[in-house]
Amino acid sequence: MAGVATQASLESAPRIMRLVAECSRSRARAGELRLPHGTVATPVFMPVGTQATMKGITTEQLDALGCRICLGNTYHLGLRPGPELIQKANGLHGFMNWPHNLLTDSGGFQMVSLVSLSEVTEEGVRFRSPYDGSETLLSPEKSVQIQNALGSDIIMQLDDVVSSTVTGPRVEEAMYRSIRWLDRCIAAHQRPDKQNLFAIIQGGLDADLRATCLEEMTKRDVPGFAIGGLSGGESKSQFWRMVALSTSRLPKDKPRYLMGVGYATDLVVCVALGCDMFDCVFPTRTARFGSALVPTGNLQLRKKVFEKDFGPINPECTCPTCQKHSRAFLHALLHSDNTAALHHLTVHNIAYQLQLMSAVRTSIVEKRFPDFVRDFMGTMYGDPTLCPTWATDALASVGITLG
Amino acid sequence: MKLSLTKVVNGCRLGKIKNLGKTRDHTMDIPGCLLYTKTGCAPHLTHHTLRNIHGVPAMAQLTLSSLAEQHEVLTEYKEGVGKFIGMPESLLYCSLHDPVSPCPAGYVTNKVLQKSVIIGVIEGGDVMEERLRSARETAKRPVGGFLLDGFQGNPTTLETRLCLLSSVTAELPEDKPRLISGIGRPDEVLKCIERGVDLFESFFPYQVTERGGALTFSFDYQLNPEEMLLQQNGTQEEIKCVDQIKKMEITGCNQEITSFEINLKEKMYQEDFNPLVRGCSCYCCKNHTRAYLHHLLVTNELLAGVLLMMHNFEHYFGFFHSIREALKHDKLAQLKELIHRQAS
Repeated sequence: MAGVATQASLESAPRIMRLVAECSRSRARAGELRLPHGTVATPVFMPVGTQATMKGITTEQLDALGCRICLGNTYHLGLRPGPELIQKANGLHGFMNWPHNLLTDSGGFQMVSLVSLSEVTEEGVRFRSPYDGSETLLSPEKSVQIQNALGSDIIMQLDDVVSSTVTGPRVEEAMYRSIRWLDRCIAAHQRPDKQNLFAIIQGGLDADLRATCLEEMTKRDVPGFAIGGLSGGESKSQFWRMVALSTSRLPKDKPRYLMGVGYATDLVVCVALGCDMFDCVFPTRTARFGSALVPTGNLQLRKKVFEKDFGPINPECTCPTCQKHSRAFLHALLHSDNTAALHHLTVHNIAYQLQLMSAVRTSIVEKRFPDFVRDFMGTMYGDPTLCPTWATDALASVGITLG
Repeated sequence: MKLSLTKVVNGCRLGKIKNLGKTRDHTMDIPGCLLYTKTGCAPHLTHHTLRNIHGVPAMAQLTLSSLAEQHEVLTEYKEGVGKFIGMPESLLYCSLHDPVSPCPAGYVTNKVLQKSVIIGVIEGGDVMEERLRSARETAKRPVGGFLLDGFQGNPTTLETRLCLLSSVTAELPEDKPRLISGIGRPDEVLKCIERGVDLFESFFPYQVTERGGALTFSFDYQLNPEEMLLQQNGTQEEIKCVDQIKKMEITGCNQEITSFEINLKEKMYQEDFNPLVRGCSCYCCKNHTRAYLHHLLVTNELLAGVLLMMHNFEHYFGFFHSIREALKHDKLAQLKELIHRQAS
């Protein structure tokens, strides 16, 4: 059922990933992504800047935090301001003035999750614009065309996205269609030398379907693979098994991007399972609700308990917010209408995620990743053995014991 | 605290307030303005983004209304409000009211204002006799300076109060600073300086920011009119458009868009890849375009406020710098003419 790969796709795609270190126990790897806008150390967390902005923080602030790759959303940008304007502005990099790397998704996920009146056919996803009611067809070709105009360093194939809670023939249909759409994206891609097209492994929570998808998609010589269709409503137990299955069948010398994963525990476990890249709106979104991420979980700074807490969010954190401000001040500011409160927390939460990934990476390079995992779980849950069952099981499956 | 005047030209005072702060070694230039804050923080700005702005005034304005809620916290903190808000080195002025959202008085507590210099407030409404009485009596007290209150309103009401203002400042000692609240428009600022006012608030650039505007008025009195238009990227079309908008305005509240700014929500900026103001050295103008700001406003993104605030503050502080320069070089008449040409 899967289509034959076209001539163009059989040419060798660039090897953009260089492995620097591997954990001798688990599947964790430390590496370097060589992308058009610079090198990115992996494992990496990529903050999400949906509409050509990282919410309230400037590109200078994002750069100062050490971020070297972040996300933009094709669905949103395709509607406003539109690919033509962005192209005139020297691509998304020029439009938002971001000197480092950008990854854009295909628009498929938003189309299905945000838009109630969308219809998926073999052609593509047909939907109504929420802004002016006009009808558009987002096909694999159109998605690639928009992403070519955006000029992002990594672009994603349009996949047939199905919620992880859906069962039955629809999952199989979506998996095979995603393979056909991958081939169409590869064929339509006008700039393979400047933009890296990643495939997205589908198959839902069905091991056989996933395995089939992996087998077929890895025949296509794309620069990288994403693991999609997870991080929805599925149980964590099913989630990690699909991640582990995927990483066991993906080539070692290409990056593995696990989409939509961002909670600290999930990041650490999925690095152990062999993933290199992650994205999630969680840290930046939760910041705007007044929640600061810390090694023991999070602080809901709007709560009265922080009113007279004169220490920083985290004394070990090197971010500008923790260097300058107390929990008490942030609490006061969060209760005012000054948006600066949200920006302070956004800065901190991004710093938290990036510092976490950096610490993970260092532990892999220094050959002590399993110890790092134990320390991390101990801090987060009070004791490594109190870590959630799914995480314990997942880590055990790759040789890391917590007890 | 000591005010020393360098010169006085047609009622305008140029000088410095010296020996400010706990260490007594800070200085403020007059005429000047204070940094407007909301709950002890410049609107939309973190320390990093505030630091990017050139010409930030040495003194920040806190509002008592926002501090009053923190009274208990500050008492327990014990280390002073400056440190609490993350501005330990800054000079701080605490005003009773917030010029943007004035609320009824009733929060005055001496505990908050310990170890501070007290500013005497001149009241009296629109009644000359009362104004003079307030001025004379307050001047007798050992205050550090004077706040001229009750002159805010719309442009029409200021005109009628200018005469009062002159009479009031005439009663005040020369060697103490005069601060006015609620006045922010560039043309009004100049009129007040001519009548002996030294310090202003900087809420006006904040108000412009909140309506999606960018200050573009020129204060470069050295440029000839043609060059000035080029700098503002003012084509004939744009000027006509602005005129039309002015005509559509309902007169009254001075919160309406002024002729000193452009409204970046307008469709004409969608593909305008120029900076907000050509030649402006602020972070926003050096890094971003009108088209990008338009996009951020249309999509309701938080960054719009951040970038506009950075530009608007820098532009406004630059305006005050130009006033001081103009006074120094006896060019105030040119600056005045330039500003009034741009007033609606």
